[in-house]
Amino acid sequence: MNNNLQEQIIRSGDLNVLKCMRCGKCSATCPSYDEMEYHPHQFVYMVEKGNIQPLLNSESLYKCLTCFACVERCPRGVEPAKVVEAVRLAAVRKQDGNHLTADKIPAMLDEDLPQQAIVTALRKYAK
Amino acid sequence: METFTYYPGCTLRTKAKDLDQYARVSAEALGIALEEPADWQCCGGAYTTAKDEIATKLSAVRTLNAAKENGNALVTVCSACHNVIKQTNYDIANDENMASKVNNYLQLDEAYNGETTVYHYLELLRDVVGFDNLAKKVVNPLKGKKIAAYYGCLLLRPSKALQMDDPENPSIMEDFIKAIGGTPVIYAQRNECCGGYITLEDKSQAAKRSNAVMDSAQSNGADMIITACPLCLYNLKKNSDSDMPVYYFTEILAEALGLKEGTNE
Repeated sequence: MNNNLQEQIIRSGDLNVLKCMRCGKCSATCPSYDEMEYHPHQFVYMVEKGNIQPLLNSESLYKCLTCFACVERCPRGVEPAKVVEAVRLAAVRKQDGNHLTADKIPAMLDEDLPQQAIVTALRKYAK
Repeated sequence: METFTYYPGCTLRTKAKDLDQYARVSAEALGIALEEPADWQCCGGAYTTAKDEIATKLSAVRTLNAAKENGNALVTVCSACHNVIKQTNYDIANDENMASKVNNYLQLDEAYNGETTVYHYLELLRDVVGFDNLAKKVVNPLKGKKIAAYYGCLLLRPSKALQMDDPENPSIMEDFIKAIGGTPVIYAQRNECCGGYITLEDKSQAAKRSNAVMDSAQSNGADMIITACPLCLYNLKKNSDSDMPVYYFTEILAEALGLKEGTNE
């Protein structure tokens, strides 16, 4: 258990993980559910318990689409996407923690890809 | 003619020129003057929800403040710009700590505290022009066209900050479709995500999401689907197996107003 990291994540995201009543609606409505090793309700539970390390090392951090479906539909105002984002920031803010770097972008482009996709991905995946 | 500050955003200058140009010609025809600020910056594409993220929100504040200094409300068209700018505005109006950090950094002539009213172009049509008035200006109604409105994720959520429409049972795009003479198609996936930026890293996930949206619209009888978002348009066209046409809502607006080349006979 890493109290300091847990506290930092909760403060960074202004999170309310203790309000969760474990209904699972966030994971049920998540468009990335099948792609995730840890699902939105697990992010909430694991941050609450201070079990942060497995989340920091998981690709699930980069599967959240920030579509706010879980934020809108959570009956308790826990806002799970914010939990995922706070953990992801803790990962990408580390030295060399960027999940995506600008030099990888050219190989990902095609003639129709909107700039919006690139700036959004870099904002989500890198510092 | 009523004047608004108009924020196009990065993609409307590059891959989504149609979204921008049809918005501009249609606004002019509807008696709305759109003024672009001289030195706008990209909104960043995604709103960063963390409280200790300030720098990533500054470009949105600069845009909001430009509108305030011009004494105008602000109009956005792209769903992502709309989402980022409205969420930033909501935060700065409701979070004193954020407002003081932002203002401390920007050192504006007068502090910005969320004063600007932000309209998505669809809200401009609904709340300023009025769908009834829009309907009167239509010269080329989209009669018999079954049109699926695709809201995606960015237009409606989080509703607390965006305050655009009912996030689960919206009607603004359907009312728009009716105003220009088309028939709206309601389908389950209309406010679910297309996959967004995941297309960069995982085409299969983007394909799964985009196919779900297109299949849902098509199985409810849609002839076409409309969106306000360049990334939705890209995903639905490139990452789905469907060949149902995908248009920007501004394109069918211009068509209905007789402003699209070749349609105004």
